[in-house]
Amino acid sequence: MSTGSHVIHALYTDDDVLMNAVKETRKKHLHINEVYTPFPVHGLDKAMGLAPTRLAITAFMYGCVGLTVAIVMMNFIMIEDWPQDIGGKPSFSYIENMPAFVPIMFELTVFFAAHLMVITFYMRSRLWPFKKAENPDVRTTDDHFLMEIDASGHDLQELANFLVGTGATEINLVANEE
Amino acid sequence: MYTLSKNLRLTAFIFMAVGAILFTVDYFNLPKTTADVEALEAAHGGGHGEATTGSHELVTSHDATNAHESDHGEAGGHEMSQEEHLEHTLVQYQNKPWSAIYIAAFFFFMIALACLAFYAIQYASQAGWSPLVLRVMEGITGYLLLGSIIMFVLLAFSGFHINHLFHWMDPELVKVGGDHYDKLIAGKSGYLNVPFFLGRAAFFILGWNIYRYFALKFSKNQDEATDNKWHKKSFKAAAGFLVFFIYTESIMSWDWIMSLDPHWFSTLFGWYVFAGMMVCAITTIALVTIYLKSIGYLEKVNDSHIHDLAKFMFAFSIFWTYLWFSQFMLIWYSNIPEEVTYFITRIEDYNLPFFAMVAMNFVFPLLLLMNSDYKRINWFVVMAGIVILLGHYVDIFNMVMPATVGKSWSFGFVEIGALLFFLGLFIFIVFTSLTKRPLEPKRNPLIEESKHFHY
Repeated sequence: MSTGSHVIHALYTDDDVLMNAVKETRKKHLHINEVYTPFPVHGLDKAMGLAPTRLAITAFMYGCVGLTVAIVMMNFIMIEDWPQDIGGKPSFSYIENMPAFVPIMFELTVFFAAHLMVITFYMRSRLWPFKKAENPDVRTTDDHFLMEIDASGHDLQELANFLVGTGATEINLVANEE
Repeated sequence: MYTLSKNLRLTAFIFMAVGAILFTVDYFNLPKTTADVEALEAAHGGGHGEATTGSHELVTSHDATNAHESDHGEAGGHEMSQEEHLEHTLVQYQNKPWSAIYIAAFFFFMIALACLAFYAIQYASQAGWSPLVLRVMEGITGYLLLGSIIMFVLLAFSGFHINHLFHWMDPELVKVGGDHYDKLIAGKSGYLNVPFFLGRAAFFILGWNIYRYFALKFSKNQDEATDNKWHKKSFKAAAGFLVFFIYTESIMSWDWIMSLDPHWFSTLFGWYVFAGMMVCAITTIALVTIYLKSIGYLEKVNDSHIHDLAKFMFAFSIFWTYLWFSQFMLIWYSNIPEEVTYFITRIEDYNLPFFAMVAMNFVFPLLLLMNSDYKRINWFVVMAGIVILLGHYVDIFNMVMPATVGKSWSFGFVEIGALLFFLGLFIFIVFTSLTKRPLEPKRNPLIEESKHFHY
């Protein structure tokens, strides 16, 4: 049984215990495939050694796109296509009427940054409508935390003892489907 | 315990001395008589007597809607004679040093006051990240007592007509049937009169200082306590003070700043001043914390605390901009003469400080502090902090100067001197006050969380 591709699912019932277990596991140079938690655990990404997110950079770029779209759009609508005289401020030039467009510029910046960032996040996480959940154990949606470790090439008994030592309440050996 | 180093004390005294010297030198160069003003204007290419119609025109104007202290020449009223113009310009020059002192005094006073409010928020919200920097905040509020007394003295000087910063204090304006009768100011005189004005100021100053006295006492007692009794008292006092503060801060900003332009009003002015003073206070907390850490104190304070302070700097900068723009856009769009003169004066006569301030208070911190990693780099925070503080000094400058000095403004030694003097005084008082207590609260119930705070 110790040969072939297997993963171990170690279940925990507390996020602090899980955090320590993740740190211990990384210290032993075991490979953590994934951790499933019922809620976002603060600092877990750093403990797992995940690369920092680049989502913020995309958000900034989307914001810039939104701002540009707003400027071009308001310039076309209010100045070029149909100039009006609103409140004694005739729409002859963009810059002179700019304060009136600032709320729109702001809103579109936020709109583009927020929506495109969410869509980017879905795409990067490979999520789309009707996708089947990749969840090894439904209890992780309730009150359990699951750490998935690559077990190939390790002594399973020793690994199990180590995981019990980190506070795991349940340990399952799962044959890797792929 | 922190001890005030000799170098810092010397630096503070040098600031004060240099400030006082610069102020005095420039003070004697300012015109003292109408003849001086005439000579000055001749030197500047004939002056601008023709274009300038100042407060004298406006207060005698029958058309009360354009009655604003600064010029609004094209809207009507009589042309000022040359003597009237010289007289008026002389008053502006006489106001200049007083305004410089007033702006600098208010600037550092508001940092101490807002710091006290931020301190109270920490207790009222039971914040777990901040107990390690609470003593820094207590130190900065050490300037509150002296700063508020200086402010009161300055206001009293105006009230007793030693200077002419507050136009509405002129008793001629409310004399019914008089030559200088001003209908709008007379209508507000039930609220804007010197005894009530000074009474309000005294009441506010007393309230703030009483809270500070008890807040420090409770915090000190908690250090020696065996239970959390004093911490609970701090919580209650903080919650009560915050209610008192938000009312009195609003009224204070109407009284001490907005009433400099007595015909003009803005309903969000209190919030606007609040946002500005809050961002200055948080910036000062960050700067003092970074300084103390750099010389080996506050060793438990980590990058995450600085990060949090920088986040507050960033957020309040944007909040300030939001209020600044909200105030500007509505007035600009509606274009009602009695409101829009405020911005016309500032954009026409104070163009550079007006727009530079927006760049310093909004664009610069926005771009510099947007990146999460930069908020953890101390010298980035310091650089952003210095620009923010200078920007908000210019903001106060723009609130006060156009009303008191009008077109005769310049940024000379009087302004720099007053700023340096109060900076030195502020540094000296704040760091002396920091030596009074241990920099780490011993028995704050949330101190452990603060020590382990990480982002």
